[in-house]
Amino acid sequence: MAKDHQVRDGESGSASPRRRFLGGIRVGLGLAVAVFVLGLTFGALARSQGWGLVAPLVCSAVVFSSSAQFALATVLGGGGTVLSATVASGLINARFLTMGLAAAPSLRGGRWRRAVEGQAVVDGSWVAANLGGGRFDRERLFGATVVQYPAWVAGTALGLFLAPSAHQFEAFGLDLVFPAYFLVMLIDELRSSAQARYAAAISAVLAAGLVFVVSAGVALIGATAAALVGLTPFPRRAR
Amino acid sequence: MGATLWLAVAAVAVVSFILKAAGPALLGHRELPARSDRVISLLAPVLLAALVVTDVTGQHWNDLSWPPLAGLAATVGSRLLKAPALVAVAVGVIVTAGARLIT
Repeated sequence: MAKDHQVRDGESGSASPRRRFLGGIRVGLGLAVAVFVLGLTFGALARSQGWGLVAPLVCSAVVFSSSAQFALATVLGGGGTVLSATVASGLINARFLTMGLAAAPSLRGGRWRRAVEGQAVVDGSWVAANLGGGRFDRERLFGATVVQYPAWVAGTALGLFLAPSAHQFEAFGLDLVFPAYFLVMLIDELRSSAQARYAAAISAVLAAGLVFVVSAGVALIGATAAALVGLTPFPRRAR
Repeated sequence: MGATLWLAVAAVAVVSFILKAAGPALLGHRELPARSDRVISLLAPVLLAALVVTDVTGQHWNDLSWPPLAGLAATVGSRLLKAPALVAVAVGVIVTAGARLIT
C-alpha cells in the first residue's frame, strides 16, 4: 500500500488516464478480496433471514454498499418497517454526501453524467483516488470500483450458497477482514502529515464516544467533524 | 416478507444513489472553495479511523472483545514490519481466529 501511495503521488497529473485507470484496478484488486469476504457475510446473513436467493443478489447489484445493506438486513430482521430500514441505511451512508462533494470537481459531464459517475464512490476507491490537497484521480476511482463490484456480487452469491453461520464466520476470524484492511489504509494516510494524525485521533475518540450512545451511521458522520481541524493552523503541518 | 423486502431494497437503492449523486450533480462544474481542500484532504484519515473504531466496537460497544483487538494489533505490527497489505490483513485474521479458539 505504501508503494501505491508513492506511485500515486508520482503519477498524478503526468500519467495517462489509461495508466491511472490500471493503477486503480491494481488497488481495487486488494480491496476486492476484502469486499468479496464481506459480500459472503451479507449473502449468509440475508439467507439466514429468509430473503431467498434472488433478493440478496439484486440487493447487492443495485445498492452496492455493505453498510447500507447490513443496516437494511438488521432493521428488517429486527421487525422494523421499510421506512426505518431506509432511514438507517441513509444515515449510515451519509458520509457519501461529503465524499461525493469532495470528488465532484474531478468528475465530468453535465449533472446527470456526474450523478452517475458519482456512483463509483465507495470507501476504498475514494481513499485510493484521494490524492491529497483536494485533488481526485477520477480514473483511479473508476478502476478501483470496477473490480470491487463483481467481487461484491460474487461474494454475496457464494455466501448464499455456502451459508456459513455467524459462529463459523467469527471462528475463522473473517469479520476482521474489513476493519483490518481499513486499518492498513489508515496507516498509510497517517504517514502524510501531523495534522492527519491529529485529525484521525480526534475522529477515533469521537467515534468511540458517539457509538456508545447513537447508531454507527450517526457516529460516523459526527466523527467526520474531526476533519474540520483542517481549518485551524494546529498542529503545524510538517512531515 | 416478500413485498416489504423488495420495497425496502428499492428504497435503499434510491437513497444510496441520491447520496452519492447529490454532491456531483449539485456542484456541477464548480470548484469547492479553497479552504475546503484542507478539510477534504483530512477526510480520508478521519473516515478510516471512524470506520475502524465503529466496526470494532459495534453499536453501544456491544461487539467489543479482545480477539479482534489482538488481530488488529497483529495487522498493525505486520504492516510496520513492511508486510504487504493483504498479508498484514491475513495475519490479523489468523490471530483473531486463534484468539477465539483459546477463549
